[in-house]
Amino acid sequence: MELTTLLFKTIFLFIILLVTLVVAMYSTYAERKVAAFMQDRNGPNRAGPFGLLQPLADGLKMFMKEEIIPLTANKYLFILGPSIAMTTALLTGVVIPWGDTLTIGDHVYSLQMADLNIGILYVFAMVSIGVYGIMIGGWASNNKYALLGAIRAASQMISYELAMGMSIIALVLTTGSLSLHDIVAQQHGMHWNIFYQPLGFFIFLTCAFAETNRAPFDLPECETELIGGYHTEYSSMKLGFYLFAEYVNMFISSAVIATLYFGGYNMPFIDQLGLSSNAVTFIGMGFFFIKIFAFIFLFMWIRWTLPRFRYDQLMNMGWKGLIPLAIFNILATGAYYFFTSLK
Amino acid sequence: MEKLTNRSVVASDKKMTFMERIYVPAILKGMSITITHFFKKKTTINYPEEKREFSKVYRGQHVLKRDDEGRERCTACGLCAVACPAEAITMVAAERKPGEEHLYREEKYAAIYEINMLRCIYCGDCEDACPKEAIFLTDRIVASELC
Ligand code: SF4
Ligand code: SF4
Repeated sequence: MELTTLLFKTIFLFIILLVTLVVAMYSTYAERKVAAFMQDRNGPNRAGPFGLLQPLADGLKMFMKEEIIPLTANKYLFILGPSIAMTTALLTGVVIPWGDTLTIGDHVYSLQMADLNIGILYVFAMVSIGVYGIMIGGWASNNKYALLGAIRAASQMISYELAMGMSIIALVLTTGSLSLHDIVAQQHGMHWNIFYQPLGFFIFLTCAFAETNRAPFDLPECETELIGGYHTEYSSMKLGFYLFAEYVNMFISSAVIATLYFGGYNMPFIDQLGLSSNAVTFIGMGFFFIKIFAFIFLFMWIRWTLPRFRYDQLMNMGWKGLIPLAIFNILATGAYYFFTSLK
Repeated sequence: MEKLTNRSVVASDKKMTFMERIYVPAILKGMSITITHFFKKKTTINYPEEKREFSKVYRGQHVLKRDDEGRERCTACGLCAVACPAEAITMVAAERKPGEEHLYREEKYAAIYEINMLRCIYCGDCEDACPKEAIFLTDRIVASELC
């Protein structure tokens, strides 16, 4: 790899990391604002103008809190849990194409950290490892509520990962590629996958809610039954990591949904404007972030609308609802391509 | 029996219909409700900057008044303490000394007069009971550090 490319990648990596953290940080603020607005309240508005410094105050509070490790806990695993949760949450951003290519001088740089040819599978792998963070943390706490939360998280993840994977198979049938870069490139113009795979999108979205442990699927941490679920015993910044990882996950899931089904950085009618390729890239990137924020808002909107599902309802919906639906979707997609290829 | 609201429904555990079982219509309905609230006017009153309008008969912090010449009106008769349903008032009476006439109107006065604000229910009975028109409940808000 050339030195300039390496330099570009390094800088780009830091920018992506920074953006991810800042977006996640302000998601916590947005969450509280959205919750407040939907309940006819004002939300945080004391720290700084409009309460904009609230996330900083929250972070500071987390750091200042006493660090408690229960005597009966398994110390190494107890620390490992939140680390895994946070690391895997951040790792997924690597394969997401944040924008098209950027031309500096006579070099063309791709705004994607790594164009893996199995990009989607990589995302899945990372999300699946993420559950270990919750499971290990819950188990290491040596507390029955934490363990219950961890078990719920594991079973929920396994159940919904199946349906999610199958909805992706149908998507891969239409795109013919596992690389996120190719998938986005194919959706140029208005050929967004949502128009070809509406059912797949619906299944994927539902599963994304379950995978990120967001309401109405927040059974692993439901306060009313399990105190705090898997992070009951956690305090200080280790708790902060768990909570923060949830918001990073939400950001990344929104990015993945936007990439897979809503054309990523593609903006309709951008070609007709006759802009230079760098301008198109930047506008596309901005549009991508608008899509991401829209999905983050959707996540919050649903969280503050719906009550939590009961555990049996959750399992019923996963195994008897979404999985058959996903299989049907694969069959229908396959049949469609089979019969169109016959002609 | 007459219903209290027109929105009450009879609860039942009948089997859910197909539309109910796929949840989506209900979810969309719920989301449409929350989004309208999102844009509604907020009911919050930003307290130190904004204040709620008080009724004229609002009963807040108590004061012991002085008369026109600046003398304390209270004579430590204890009627307010008797009238108080929350038993919040205690006082220690003292005799007026010669030369203190400009301070106390009556021959006896309250050297210590305490109202336990955690017990007080702001009923205003002390105000009604007072024969000397000494104690009044004002429209002042009781500051939280006084409790
Ligand atoms: S307002 Fe009522 S409760 Fe309070 S001190 Fe007076 S009589 Fe007692
Ligand atoms: S009733 Fe009036 S005069 Fe008597 S002790 Fe109470 S405040 Fe003082």
